[in-house]
This record gives sequence, structure tokens and C-alpha cells, in this order.
Amino acid sequence: MRYLPLTQPDREAMLGVIGASSIDDLFVDVPASAVLDGPIAGLPMHASELAVERHMTKLAAKNLAAGAAPFFLGAGAYRHHVPASVDHIIQRGEFLTAYTPYQPEIAQGTLQMMFEFQSQIARLLGCDVANASMYDGSTACWEAITMARRVTKRGKAILSGGLHPHYVSVAETMAKFTGDQLVTALPTLSPTPDTDDLIAQIDDDTSCVVVQYPDILGRIADLSKLAEAAHARKALLVAVVTEPVALGAIKAPGEMGADIVVGEGQSLGVGLQFGGPYVGLFACSEKLVRQMPGRLCGETVDAEGKRGYVLTLSTREQHIRREKATSNICTSSVLCALAMSVHMTLLGEAGLRQLATINHVGAIRAADRLAQVPGVELVTPTFFNEFTLKLSKEARPVVRKLADQGILAGVSLGRLYPGAGDLANGLIVAVTETTTQEDVETLASALQEVLA
Amino acid sequence: MSTINQSGWRPTTPEAGEAGNLSTFTGNRALMLDEALIFEIGSSQTTGVDFGEVPAAPSRLGGLERNAEIGLPGLSEPETVRHYTRLSRQNYAIDLGLFPLGSCTMKHNPRLNERMARLPGFADIHPLAPVDTVQGALEVIDQLAHWLITLTGMQAVAMSPKAGAHGELCGILAIRSALDAQGQQDRKILLVPTSAHGTNPATAAFAGFSVEDIPATEDGRVDLEALKARLGPDIAGVMITNPNTCGLFERDMKAISDAVHAAGGYVYCDGANFNAIVGRVRPGDLGVDAMHINLHKTFSTPHGGGGPGSGPVVLSAALAPYAPLPFVEKQGDKFHLVEEETAGEHHAGTFGRMTAFNGQMGMFTRALTYILSHGADGLRQVAEDSVLNANYILRSMTDVLEAPFAKYGPCMHEAIFSDRGLPEGLSTIDIAKGLIDEGYHPMTVYFPLVVHGAMLVEPTETESKATLDQFIGAFRSVAARAKNGDPTIKTAPHFAPRRRLDETLAARKPVLAWKAPVQAEAAE
Repeated sequence: MRYLPLTQPDREAMLGVIGASSIDDLFVDVPASAVLDGPIAGLPMHASELAVERHMTKLAAKNLAAGAAPFFLGAGAYRHHVPASVDHIIQRGEFLTAYTPYQPEIAQGTLQMMFEFQSQIARLLGCDVANASMYDGSTACWEAITMARRVTKRGKAILSGGLHPHYVSVAETMAKFTGDQLVTALPTLSPTPDTDDLIAQIDDDTSCVVVQYPDILGRIADLSKLAEAAHARKALLVAVVTEPVALGAIKAPGEMGADIVVGEGQSLGVGLQFGGPYVGLFACSEKLVRQMPGRLCGETVDAEGKRGYVLTLSTREQHIRREKATSNICTSSVLCALAMSVHMTLLGEAGLRQLATINHVGAIRAADRLAQVPGVELVTPTFFNEFTLKLSKEARPVVRKLADQGILAGVSLGRLYPGAGDLANGLIVAVTETTTQEDVETLASALQEVLA
Repeated sequence: MSTINQSGWRPTTPEAGEAGNLSTFTGNRALMLDEALIFEIGSSQTTGVDFGEVPAAPSRLGGLERNAEIGLPGLSEPETVRHYTRLSRQNYAIDLGLFPLGSCTMKHNPRLNERMARLPGFADIHPLAPVDTVQGALEVIDQLAHWLITLTGMQAVAMSPKAGAHGELCGILAIRSALDAQGQQDRKILLVPTSAHGTNPATAAFAGFSVEDIPATEDGRVDLEALKARLGPDIAGVMITNPNTCGLFERDMKAISDAVHAAGGYVYCDGANFNAIVGRVRPGDLGVDAMHINLHKTFSTPHGGGGPGSGPVVLSAALAPYAPLPFVEKQGDKFHLVEEETAGEHHAGTFGRMTAFNGQMGMFTRALTYILSHGADGLRQVAEDSVLNANYILRSMTDVLEAPFAKYGPCMHEAIFSDRGLPEGLSTIDIAKGLIDEGYHPMTVYFPLVVHGAMLVEPTETESKATLDQFIGAFRSVAARAKNGDPTIKTAPHFAPRRRLDETLAARKPVLAWKAPVQAEAAE
């Protein structure tokens, strides 16, 4: 077995040193009734690298890869071009096969990268500080709600109808057990998000308002008024960003007064991967930092006065505080954070702004082209790289039909909000730098045919 | 003790001989290269990506254009590759050597796993793609689920949890849901041993439970009689790690489960240490109701410097009805994704969704690749070799370090030592830092809390006998230096990229993000 270096003579010699007659002697504490006699029945035995590769390749071939089709899906996961050097760097064994940096003297590589990532994310989101990552955007969003509860000592969170429905679902699941009160709403196929409704609902029991920016339908709204209204009632504004590339074009939530900004970092450097692993972003103002969840890396000096980095403010965390910790999170998503950080370093500010422009202009052109198709109406007047169309027919069967033709047309609101009749004709379409003019034309003519 | 350096080669250290006092112009020492921050070497105008012509059009951003500078430095591609390559060389890693972090199972990460996860059919598919276009992905999840259920002897598995602690949360929410369904809302206490990983009590609290301690016996196990005495109508269940964090198998696990069940509670098993028993013992045979499996431990997906992990949770028949959404179901020859929409028909008891999308697919492909490579026979050998390696270290060290449980019998996959007997002023941390100078990542230190100055050594099955022999030589040498009060060990490491770092300063005056240095004139 290629992953096991011990030879049979090694094993025997080692048993001799231990003073055991057989390996079974080392399992004496396992009750005899629970010990299996041999390999578990019904499972195959070990296999060669070639055989395993064949098996997995066959399974992979049963999927339609995004790169093999005209592709327009978004809604919280985006297909962007990832530069080759990103993947090269995250596959370096010193990053790939390291552990959480508990021994900082021999983990400065990971720690410095975490510090750079935190600094990049804080700037991108417009906040003072960011942590070294969460699992993903949806779990980061729930953590932000619990943090707002700790900060304000209030238990009612108001969630915008424009928040990703999976993020809402996660919060609803958790709130059932924690007793947090959630106010939720469905989105409407209207040109503007629900900012005014949210403002009207803020009261003295409100811990936070949670708003997605751009929202699930792609719409962009100024958060400043919402932040002012929340702060007037001593509540926090939590902003959720699922497409960080947008922040190369539009103002950061932190600049508009958001107290906590969380997000999904997947679209920079990570890839689609059927939904995971992704990388949760979590940032806030400096005064809230001691209520933050997750790992934080900080600058310090070593015994010779040289600059170095360590994990810090650990008294918030489970391994020190146990049941009093700010969160139970331990392993997060550092390798994905590295991928995102490397991609941001390659882009730099100039590159990020160019990438954002290409996405936005591409989306404008696609939206205008698709709106020309009879039976298609553009719902969203503002958007970044993702917009919502209202079709003359229910969108979900349309998406299925186009998938049969090898076109991945977008995310139907029927898939995200099953049973919500008003939304059934909605289709979210995402356009990135990977989308070609030809892809848009293919989608336009296929839509025309299906809707005729 | 031999240094086990058969080739006779001796490392030349930066402090060797007279040259130790030399300084260099750059501050570097040959291959030991310091690297500045991207903020100090990059600029906002530099980019390492070419886009061709950037189109222009009037924007539709609602007047929210980001005009102010963001402050993101860029580097060209060669500078980027060099920056991160230099950083990487300041890390210890499994690829470099033995990484005996107890409870973390730092085993070899096969590169076939990486290659398979990058097949476009897995890496480049959208989580909301129509299910007909992702049948192969759903089949991977289904196959992995089948293996995990079979290896653990359980009824079902929830695949979506993102890491170990998220898996714990999944199991605990399933327990809460089952109790609530029986009208047992008053069961609000979870019993957790002091030796448990910190995530256990943190998870219990995150899910609204309070936590009480379970006493331990002298030989490092749960005290069954004390546990039985505490069971009652307020107890929701227990969270027990098995093998436990002292590296010992909980001999009474089945009796514990039976007692907890008889008292109306449930048994959560922390599966962090499943590597020791995979293929040899099925937790389902021990009465466990829920157990998370760290794919990034037992099933070799890389730790990546702190994740991503993946924490599927196997469930007993009693808890399976409450499993979270989504999950994969096979009907005929087609795979379906059961989400909120169809849960009502098949799975009305679900406690809901724990994360967006479908779990850590990239980890599933890696874990399945690993499992198929090892097969049922190979996985069993994994458990046996990991236990053999740990016992070999245990028995090779007991004359130099106190091993508090060694007199009671063998350990499982990890050996535990204490710092008792070291002279005043020297402790576990010094042995750990001494091992760094010897070229090893230290063991887990000061955990579990029940052993004084704990040193928890988990070699895993990845290590050869020669590697273990060299490590034992180094460990003995460092322990002997500590026992003899060698002052140089107090200041170790001497040869790492950094000396000991000031963690108190980092916490007292947190610097968590880079800020441009203030110009001297401006500051005055």
C-alpha cells in the first residue's frame, strides 16, 4: 500500500520493543464484541492510482463543466478566471500540508499571509479589521447576527428580502435553537431593494439589520440611510457581500456605515467546486474586535526584536474560553483565503478595477441584448455583474430545457424560492469576464425559441 | 543515545563557529530569506494580470461608484510567485517531515487527491446547476456517504457540515431536535469531560445547552459510575471523544451509551480520533448516536494551514430523521438533491440547513479518492500502523518523560506525556521549542487540560520506522537537556526563521491590519 511505509519486519521489530506479541495486543481496550475480524465486508480492497483515477474520471465526466457550456449562473457563487499561479502557490506543500499556525516560529509563512489577507479584506470591505476567514458566506452571516446580539444585548435581527435565501435558511435553522428572533421577507421583482421597509421595521429591540449588497437579484442600493436609521436606534448594520469583485466598482459597505461586513470570497481565486470549500469573510470596526469570531493574526516582535506574526486575541476562542467562546469555530478556510489573497495580489487595485469594469460592462451588454428577446423584461435597473430577468413563462422549466440543450442559463427564482408564485418567472443571470459575446447570443436565441 | 544520523552528515547551523556572529547586508542567511509585506513591495498601479482591452459604457451602479482609493497593492506575476514561495519556506509542513500534533492527525496528503479534485467535472460545476447536469457530483457524495456509513456502522450521514466543529453542531442540533420532538425541552445539559477539545463545550453553548463536567478515572477514562449518578431528566446527553484526547480507548463506551440511553439521553461521539480505529471498530456497535468525521484528519484531505476542513456526521436511526438539508437521494438510477422544497415529502423532521449549497465537494472528491486507494483492507492497516507507531514512541520515552497512563496499558494513535520532573522554570513549552531546532514540528502542548504540561504525540501511519527512530532520538535528547536544566533550551528555538514571539504584546496592543507608516514630519 503506497501510503504506508512500515514493512512487515519493521512492524515485528516495533512490536518487540513495545513488548506486544501482536497488533491485537494494542487494541486490548476495545471490547471483543466491537472488534471486527477482518476488513469490513461489502467494500472493495485497495486499488492502484491508475484504477482510482479511472473511477473518478468517469464520475467527473458525468457532469457538465461550466467551462464546457455557455454559462450564466451566479446567485452566491461566481465563475471567474483564476490565474495559473494561484493554483501553483496553494499547491506548494508548505502551505497545503501545514496545520493551523500554533507554533509561530515555524509558521511565519501562513501567519504573514493571514496578516496580508486580513489587511486586504479590511480594505476591500471598507472596515478597520478582518479575521483570517470563516467557513463560507452563509455561516459568516449567522456569526454576524450572533455577534450583533452580543454587542447590543438584543435578540431581534431584521433580514432583508434581498439576502440570499440559503443564508436566510441557515439563520432560521440556528435561530430555532438559540431563541434569536428573525424578521424575514421574500424579495419582490421590483427595481429597488427593500431599504425603506427595513428602516420602518427597526425598533429598540433590534440588534441588527442584515442586508445583501448587491442583493440576491443583483440590485445595488446606498446603505448610508439604512446605517443611520440603525444607529439612531443603537442597532448595528450587517452588510453581506457575495460577489467581492463588485467592490472594485462600487463603494464598500464599511464606507457607508456598516458595522459588520461579511461575505463569500469564493469568486476571487477559489473556483465553483459545486459549493465548497469556499471562504467566509468577516470584518468589523476596531471597537468591536473583541466580540469577533474566528482566528485573528497580529503583528509582534520576536526575542531579537524582529517583526513577526502570531495568532492573537485567543481569549475569544473555544480552545481557551470553551463554553464562553464567541464561536465554536476552529478549522476555518485558510487555504482558500490564501487563494483569494494571491489572486488579489496579482490583480492589485488597478487589476481589480479593470476586472470589475469588464464584468459590469459585459453584464450591461448582455442585459440589453437579452431584454430585446420577446417575452423578456429586465427587472433591475442597477446591477454589477448579475441582473434579474422576468420571463413570460415560468423560469425553472425554461432553465431545465436550456440545460438539455447544453446551455446553463442562470438561476431561476423558482429554484431558490419554490412555491413563491410571484417570483416564478424570475431568472438571475450572471455575466463575468469568462462570458463571451457568443455565449450571450446563444442564450438570447435559445431563450427566444423557448419563450415563443 | 545515537543521533540516528547514519550518513554522518551534520547540519551547518547559522550559529556554527565564528560565522555565527557575522551579519549580512540583507539580513538574510543564504536560503533563509526574509520577505516584506505585499503592502511594502507592491503598488496600486502594478498588476500581474492582463485583460486586453477594457470596454467602457455608462455605468448602472446607482451612483455608488467607488472613487476613493481602495489601497490594494499589486505585484507582477514573477514578484507574486516569489513572494509566496519565500513565505512558504518559513512554514513547517507534513511534506517536510514528521508533524506529530496530537489530535490533529497530520498524515500524508496524497497528490492524486489534488489531481482528482481539479478535474473540471468536479472543480468547475456550479452548486445550483440543474441536477441533471451534475449527476456525477451527486454520485461522488452518495459513494462517499456509503463508505462512511459502512465504516462506522451507522444509519445515515449528514454530508454538509464544513469542518469538525460544524459537524459537532450538526450532531448536537439533531439531538436537540429529537428531544424536542419527544417533548423533552427540559433536557438542557450536556455532560462533557474536562479532557474534551474546546469545540465541544463551545458547540454545546452555541446551540443553547449548558455544560457540566464528567469526572475521569485515574487511568484517564470517563468515570462510568459518576456519570451514571449524574444522569437524569435534565440531561440531554453526553459528548465523548473516543479514542479520547489522552489517546486512550474508552473501554466502557458501550456501557456509557446504554446508561445514557436508559436515562433518555443521546450519545455524541467526537470522531476527531477515528484514525485509530477506522476499519477495526465501528462506532455504531458502541451505541453512538452521532459522530463527526474530520475528512481533513482520517481521510487525508489537506489542512491548508487551518482549513478548509469537512465534517460529515454519521447518525443513528434515532437521529437520522432530523439530519440537515440538503442531502443526496437515489431514486432509480437518478440522483436527487433533497432541499427545502422536497423535504416535506421525504424528510419532514429535518432541523434545516446549516450552510449554503452542498457541503465541501472539493474535500469529498479528495476523501473518496483516498478511501478507494486504501480500500477496506488498507484503511484497517492505517489504524493498525497509526496505533503501532504511537505505542513505539510511548515505550521508547517512558524512561525519560512521565507518561501518566502508560502503566495502565497501551495507547491508541497518540502517546501522552507530562512535564513533571522537569526542573523549576522549565516546562513543556521548552521541550516543544527545542524540538523545533531539531527540525520537527512540536507535538500538541498543554492539551488535554487534565495532564500537567501535556505533550500529546500523534505520529500517524505516515511515518517509517527510520523516521520514528530519529524523532525518538531527538525527543530524548531534548527531554534530557530540559531535565538537566540546559539554559539554551529556555531560549529555543535558535535556528528557526524567528525566535520566540511576544504573544503578550500582540494581544495587548493588537495590530491586525497593515497601516502605512506615518511620515516622521507628519507625526510631529
